[in-house]
Amino acid sequence: MTLTTPAGPALTPAGGASPAPKPGGRHRPALRRIRKRLVHLLIVLLAVTFLSFVVVDLLPGDAAVVVAGDNATPEQVQQVREDLQLDRPLLVRYVDWLGGVVTGDLGSSFRTGQPVAEALAQRIPVTFEITIVAQLLALLIAIPLAVYSAYRPGRLVDRASMTIGFGAAAMPTFVFGMVLIVLFAGGVSSILPATGYVGFFEDPLGNLRSIILPCLTLMIAEAAVYRQLLRSDMISTLQEDFILMARSKGLSARTILLRHALRPSSFSLITLSGVNIGRLLGGTVIVETLFAIPGLGQLIVQAVFNRDYMILQGALLFVAVAYVVINMLIDLLYLALDPRVRRDA
Amino acid sequence: MTGTRSETRNGRSEDVLGAGAQGGAPDGADLLTAEDVVVRFHTKKGVVHAVEGVSLRLKAGEVLAVVGESGSGKTVFTRRAMGLISGGRGTEVSGTVTYDGTRISELSGKALSAFWGSEIALILQDPMTSLNPVKRIGAQLTETILLHERVTKKEALERAVELLRSVGLSEPERRVRQYPHELSGGMRQRVTIAIALSCNPRLLLADEPTTALDVTVQAQILDLLADLQARRRMAMLLVTHDLRVVRSRSDRIAVMYAGRIVETAPTPELFAEPKMPYTEALMNAVPPVAGPNHVRLQVIPGRPPDLINPPAGCKFSPRCPYAQDRCLTEEPPLRDAGSPDHQYRCWFPVGSPAWAEAKARNIERGTSAAGTPVTEEMVLT
Repeated sequence: MTLTTPAGPALTPAGGASPAPKPGGRHRPALRRIRKRLVHLLIVLLAVTFLSFVVVDLLPGDAAVVVAGDNATPEQVQQVREDLQLDRPLLVRYVDWLGGVVTGDLGSSFRTGQPVAEALAQRIPVTFEITIVAQLLALLIAIPLAVYSAYRPGRLVDRASMTIGFGAAAMPTFVFGMVLIVLFAGGVSSILPATGYVGFFEDPLGNLRSIILPCLTLMIAEAAVYRQLLRSDMISTLQEDFILMARSKGLSARTILLRHALRPSSFSLITLSGVNIGRLLGGTVIVETLFAIPGLGQLIVQAVFNRDYMILQGALLFVAVAYVVINMLIDLLYLALDPRVRRDA
Repeated sequence: MTGTRSETRNGRSEDVLGAGAQGGAPDGADLLTAEDVVVRFHTKKGVVHAVEGVSLRLKAGEVLAVVGESGSGKTVFTRRAMGLISGGRGTEVSGTVTYDGTRISELSGKALSAFWGSEIALILQDPMTSLNPVKRIGAQLTETILLHERVTKKEALERAVELLRSVGLSEPERRVRQYPHELSGGMRQRVTIAIALSCNPRLLLADEPTTALDVTVQAQILDLLADLQARRRMAMLLVTHDLRVVRSRSDRIAVMYAGRIVETAPTPELFAEPKMPYTEALMNAVPPVAGPNHVRLQVIPGRPPDLINPPAGCKFSPRCPYAQDRCLTEEPPLRDAGSPDHQYRCWFPVGSPAWAEAKARNIERGTSAAGTPVTEEMVLT
């Protein structure tokens, strides 16, 4: 997975008036990038799914044994193996599965018989919601703190947020999660549920209450890292001549920070945030387990334990697609944020 | 070049945008006065004496050139004069700066930045870095106008287009929608000039406005600045390290060395009768246009002074071919050379009998009092 970092000021082509842009030419770089990413996506998907097929096959233990149960006779196990078509060679099974994917059939769980698509449809919205809300929270907290810290480095806000942030980032996720449970769900107060997930469409308020603690748990370490990253990028941006120029225009500190310095400082933050979203969409087993959230992480872990290949393959397919798509969106975001990328794309 | 300049300077033609000096100090009155300005930076290595007691006057409509090597304190002085450098957090400032009757050195925050962009504007050295890479030219132009004047966005944009036209950019309507990286260095410097002039400032601080540009573009930009300055009757502080650049484009010159003014005089007088050996050395360090080819340039020996531990006595003495014992211990004060317009800092001013004697003594012993080797051809003036 390659992440394109935007060209820094040093890479900007020196001088030379550009030819007049052709009508409609402004959207070309975006289309070209999407096309490039789609080719990229296909290769990644083939590699990821094939590799996981092979690895799962190499795992000790036999799906047929697991599925048939502890008391099954060898004949029964053999019967299950034939039912599940596990007796066929690996490559044949992979091509078969791939053919199913292309026609929209992800297969069914070995264990429960539930269609994989259905299982994923239950889990993905949960993981998606928690990931996005946690990311937004992290950015919402990190950006103002980083901007102010960069504006007044070494002062109270900077030092306090750095100390708290490092503390939070250094603590294992589940410890922080348990602290939150003690504080809000049973120990000190009981204003939020400790476990469980309520769907948004069943009960929007209940949904909000049920995701607050998991999202806070996921967000804290990321907010700390985001603040640190944006703060240092922002500090170096503030040394730039164009900031001095902006000051000499008489612009207020607020305008300079938010209108002039923030955007050119945000590229690494966006890159990292994209990587994190991609990673979190693959599920967060610890947080899901701690708060009993039926997310993708739990589904994947169970599938591994149960040798439930079909579920596992389907979930991995989704994770890979999500990762590449998120990176594509980040790439497009660069186009929107940095005019220099548009040119030398 | 001289001809062009005096024509435009005396021409005083009104242009559409050049509202010129809006009230306030008339031509000839002091617009900017700096008294004993000091800027020191406290660093881990020690105290950097960037500017030490600089006093300058700039009249309305006048062009004052501040000339010196890198590290002479000219840029720091300019930024202090504007108020972009203020005291606190390891920076020590003293002295006063008065702009048109207001003691701006005592202002801070909004009261100070109200002057920036509207009354006093700045142009920086490198147009490649002084424009925001992710903002359109138009936005960078109009934000100043919208901040300081009660105009609509549409009016501001129209004015931005006019400004770009007035600084000689072709297709200004298209330029306002472009980003800085789509323009060449010379074009970008034209844009920064347009930005600086957008609210008709009465004082323009141009900090080495052409140093980062191609030689062919340098003259164009300097002529543009001279033309705009004259048409708008704007005062200009032109900072440069190149005396050639200011010969035909300034009314007065102040030569800075080690954070001090070492000589100041009306431009023609400075070139005719430099008193300070450093000024003389700066002139000799430039190849003469009419001279023969392949003649060895007279470089100034040694390096610019260490601003953390400046030498005792005259700061130029370690590099001066005429230095005597007195120069090493006693710092010369600024003295009048005939008129108060021409001041210099030297015990042995160039052309004086004392100087001739010092020169002869140093040639005879082969070194200056500071031990710098001196040969006859080095001091041929």
